[in-house]
Amino acid sequence: MTPVMWRYGRPALVLLLAGLAVGVPLWLVAVTSAKPQAESIEPNLDLPDRWQPGANYEDAVSQGEMLRGFVNSLLVVVPSVLLVLLLGAGAAWVFARRRSRLVSAAYALCISGLLLPPAVITIVMELRQLGLANTRPGMIAVYTGMYLSTSIFFMTGFIRAIPMELEEAARMDGASQARIFARIVLPLVRPVIATATIMVMLYAWSDVFYAFFVLGGGDRATLPLNLYQVASAQLYLNNWHLVFAYVVVMSLPMVAVFLVGQRKIVSGITSGAVK
Amino acid sequence: MADTVVRTRRQVSVEGPPKGAGRLPRAAVHHPWWFALPAITVFVGFFLVPNLLNFYYPFTNWSSYHADIAFTGLDNFRTIADDGSLLRAIRTTLLYALLAALFQNGFGLVLALLLEADTRFNRFFRAVFFLPVLISALATGYVFQALLDQDGAVNSLLGTDVPWLGSTTWTLVVVTLIHGWKWMGLAMLIYLAGLKGIPGDLLEAARMDGAGPWRTFWSVRRPMLAPAVTFNVTTALIGSMNTFDIVQATTGGGPAASTEVFNIYMFRIFGQGLYAQASAMSLVLFLVVVAVAIPLVVGLRRREQLL
Repeated sequence: MTPVMWRYGRPALVLLLAGLAVGVPLWLVAVTSAKPQAESIEPNLDLPDRWQPGANYEDAVSQGEMLRGFVNSLLVVVPSVLLVLLLGAGAAWVFARRRSRLVSAAYALCISGLLLPPAVITIVMELRQLGLANTRPGMIAVYTGMYLSTSIFFMTGFIRAIPMELEEAARMDGASQARIFARIVLPLVRPVIATATIMVMLYAWSDVFYAFFVLGGGDRATLPLNLYQVASAQLYLNNWHLVFAYVVVMSLPMVAVFLVGQRKIVSGITSGAVK
Repeated sequence: MADTVVRTRRQVSVEGPPKGAGRLPRAAVHHPWWFALPAITVFVGFFLVPNLLNFYYPFTNWSSYHADIAFTGLDNFRTIADDGSLLRAIRTTLLYALLAALFQNGFGLVLALLLEADTRFNRFFRAVFFLPVLISALATGYVFQALLDQDGAVNSLLGTDVPWLGSTTWTLVVVTLIHGWKWMGLAMLIYLAGLKGIPGDLLEAARMDGAGPWRTFWSVRRPMLAPAVTFNVTTALIGSMNTFDIVQATTGGGPAASTEVFNIYMFRIFGQGLYAQASAMSLVLFLVVVAVAIPLVVGLRRREQLL
């Protein structure tokens, strides 16, 4: 491969790949979500003959219970993310700073969730016995348990790289443990927090599998559960236009979060992984 | 002079007492256990305990048809082994994980090499290729169902009539390609970081010695990418054994159960009220993941050190 070919061929190849691999699917979503039902029975890439995005999104809201789903999603995802970060940071601080057999064992135990699959069936059993089945606190506890390993793993590696002297200085000044944690450790782990937030949010926001087992349908259903119900009805109703209006609304918050925190997220993901 | 004296004295006071005796109390005071306890409690309570329970309930008759739960030994395992679903789930899931990891890493590495230089053009397109990561897996599945349906967009565009999602042999490959598509952006980011970590003078030296781009990639960059490969391959393999959404949204496990991975099976059987049988499958998934993960992590770590 000559340098000249690389110089002009590479951007052309990138454009072609982006158009085919990302452009086509997104285009399909965008145009179908603006089509009337009759045009969307057999999905294709044509522009709509009649534009009716407003009506479709309205239908998705009224028939698909979108607003309720949105609130339900927020009510489980936000507390889960906060707990994962806060509890994870506390544990990571201890694991990063203390050295003993017991600490290593506890650390190994706590990051085992990186590899092991959650036992979803017996989670249901346990939640029923605790009276937490089909409740939001149950869902929050399950998500927190599932993603704590990730946050502890990333944060422990990160805190180990922070010099002890900063904490020592505060300790000399007579700060309490809780104060040192809140005023020194938490602000210092902010870069990892951005990454952990987006990763946990990504998984929890789009999760349908565990939500199905723990929350079920009903009036606590999250956005993905609602999308699943709308799309399952699709078999009989042929409402691709509604399915895709739903897909757009569900994806926009994540895209917005990514665009806001892009730089931090990217550097956080990469620094944690290759260490 | 005074300054030196103070400094020596402090050093003495820190290192003075014998190691074991002095260290532990100080660590215990400065980083007390109770900061870690909430995390450990939630993790043990809602992750480890269910996994432990998962070693008991598969051996019972727990279902929606019995009022009480009784010990039944290996009955559930006999049922899933006899109707062929056990071996099929193991085979399908392993094949799925292997292909998904292959595609995800292949696409990610190619994208990283194409978008390596830090220009505005490349930064924009990195974000474009990261978009599929942000779209939920369920939504991704529906998008590709609309594209690949027999009367879907791809067939109407190409003027063909291929049943992309209707082949008992090839549909599994198509679904893993979709999985690779969804996660290629994440693999790309990690490979980009790996590439960035390679010292510039190493590449310079290779060029001075007359190595072309291929030779440089194979002999210099590929070995230096080992940590990124370890991370990407492990997370891709383990993550895709836990797959559900993409398969459910594109094929629902069909045609003829040819894409029925563990989680799809559990979802279906749990829906029929056969909880213990679903739990048995969940235990098998656990054991399969452990059996794959341990040699994988050990092997990749060792390879990293050798290179």
